[in-house]
Amino acid sequence: MTSLREAPARRRAPALGVPARRGRGARAYALPWLFLLPALILFAVFKFAPMVRAIEMSFHEVRPYLGDRWVGADNYSAVVTDDAFRSAIWHTVVLAVGQTGGSLVIGLVLALLLEGAARHLWFVRTAVFLPTVAAMAVVAEVWRLIYYPAPDGIANTLLGWIGMGPSSFLNAEDTSLWSVMAVGIWRGAPYDMMIFIAGLAGVDRTLYEASAADGAGPLRRLWHVTLPSLRPVFAILFTLAAIRGLRVFTEIFLLTNGGPNGSTEVLMTLIYKLGLERNELGIAAAGSMVLLGATVVLTLTVQALRRREAR
Amino acid sequence: MSTRPDRYDSALGFTALRGPLARVAQILLYAVLVTIFAGPLVALMVGAFSPVADPSRLTLWPDRLTLDNFTAAFDRGVLGYLLNSFIVVGVGLLLQILVSVSAVYALARHKFPGMRLVLLLILSTMMLPEEILAIPLSLVLADVPIVHVNLIGTLAGMIVPVAAWAFSILVMTEFMKEIPMELEEAARIDGAGDLRILMTIVLPLVRPALGVIGIFGFTMIWDQYMLPLLVAQDASQFTLPLALRTLRTDEQAGLGVLLAAALLALLPSVLAFLALQRQFMKGLTSGAVKG
Repeated sequence: MTSLREAPARRRAPALGVPARRGRGARAYALPWLFLLPALILFAVFKFAPMVRAIEMSFHEVRPYLGDRWVGADNYSAVVTDDAFRSAIWHTVVLAVGQTGGSLVIGLVLALLLEGAARHLWFVRTAVFLPTVAAMAVVAEVWRLIYYPAPDGIANTLLGWIGMGPSSFLNAEDTSLWSVMAVGIWRGAPYDMMIFIAGLAGVDRTLYEASAADGAGPLRRLWHVTLPSLRPVFAILFTLAAIRGLRVFTEIFLLTNGGPNGSTEVLMTLIYKLGLERNELGIAAAGSMVLLGATVVLTLTVQALRRREAR
Repeated sequence: MSTRPDRYDSALGFTALRGPLARVAQILLYAVLVTIFAGPLVALMVGAFSPVADPSRLTLWPDRLTLDNFTAAFDRGVLGYLLNSFIVVGVGLLLQILVSVSAVYALARHKFPGMRLVLLLILSTMMLPEEILAIPLSLVLADVPIVHVNLIGTLAGMIVPVAAWAFSILVMTEFMKEIPMELEEAARIDGAGDLRILMTIVLPLVRPALGVIGIFGFTMIWDQYMLPLLVAQDASQFTLPLALRTLRTDEQAGLGVLLAAALLALLPSVLAFLALQRQFMKGLTSGAVKG
């Protein structure tokens, strides 16, 4: 929070050693670039070169050893019209929206319930946060076991206690996407919780006292004081989660690999299969570009909204 | 501290509630939350140390503890996967920190034409994760531009691409900007060069920040999946997270082996997080707020 508010002041500060270096010639100009060189080379080779290559491939039929053939926008129209891509786009959007929204809501509830400086609260928060630092590959294996589709599997036993189930979870077309989404929320909500708690610490406490003096109960206080103060936090978490949600791959790859019968196929798993298993590099690249485009548009939109609001 | 009652110290005032009924409600709630979020991971740990025949036998309260799962897992090469993971995270993290500190020294301590463009480029790489670039990235890895080296099938292929990470650079920039310029100028007058200033003055002062980017880099590299998946050609290059899928489908390995391996893949990032928790939280808030 503070870093944002302080940023403009810092930029105005005269510091940064400009006068000291004036008159030292070309060497002084080259020096910062020398320090930047390793990072710039790595980004150029492993980020921008692949991006350029992807743009190039997305307009070609990629034929190893034969040379690429220009096909214009054919790959893109294949992406937009192909049924597999359409349903993958739909699953990606459902999953991104569900996971983002679910994590935000549950993360906020967790933050409100676990806010405070007491030592035991710190312990509970740490325990709740663990799913976020666990490697996704581990999380996926653990949840495959929890979702074990037998009637005496863990999740089904729990469902049995409240008189529901048994469910096939990941193994049935009508439950698979929701089961994956639940795992995403389980891992995403604690992250959002920690950010919300940091945001809550920045809310002016005297406002709470003042609203109580005006006769507002906790819920009205929450609605009129807390939530408005958290708006920037919502914006950040929304962007981060939406971007992560769009490029979801590992959890799907390990939990269902797109199945059963394509019911959890998302853009990234489809692109991976097209590119590395079926060698349809051009179409896979076009799919990646659509995904990148969506990410860029989403990021810039939220940025623009935030800037307009800040004014 | 003011005399304000502590029920105004949180939005709901729930955690400040006193009295026996509130206490019981709080303890129940905390127990439920810990069980939901940490329970599955604890069950994994318990399962790794108990004889488990099938997934429905996973429990938080084992009747008997054993190390058999681990010996069986080591027989199936899990130590080799673990070693690969440690090599990748060790070398990768070291490079990542070196590259970040070097770049940040230019960004935070100097002013030069083109700086805003560089920052923008670095920021934009956050929209280019390995997932989205997977297909062309695998082609680049097979024939790295200019040097024409094939990194497919080598651990280097999993290490070099993570050596530059925008998040690490941006978080470090925040910290390095805080150091007063006067310290550096005094050294400059004494004739110290940039490299010496970086090593002897700036670096010691940003040591807490090294902890922040260190813990984030560690969990980020440990969690890598797409990159090892693209690079690894056979089991000898598998990292532990990557090997879990193979162990699961390995009929002879059995559930115990999978659980033992999964626990070994879980512990390093969890332990690193617990050890550097304060730094982690610092990075989480500063990084998240920066977007």
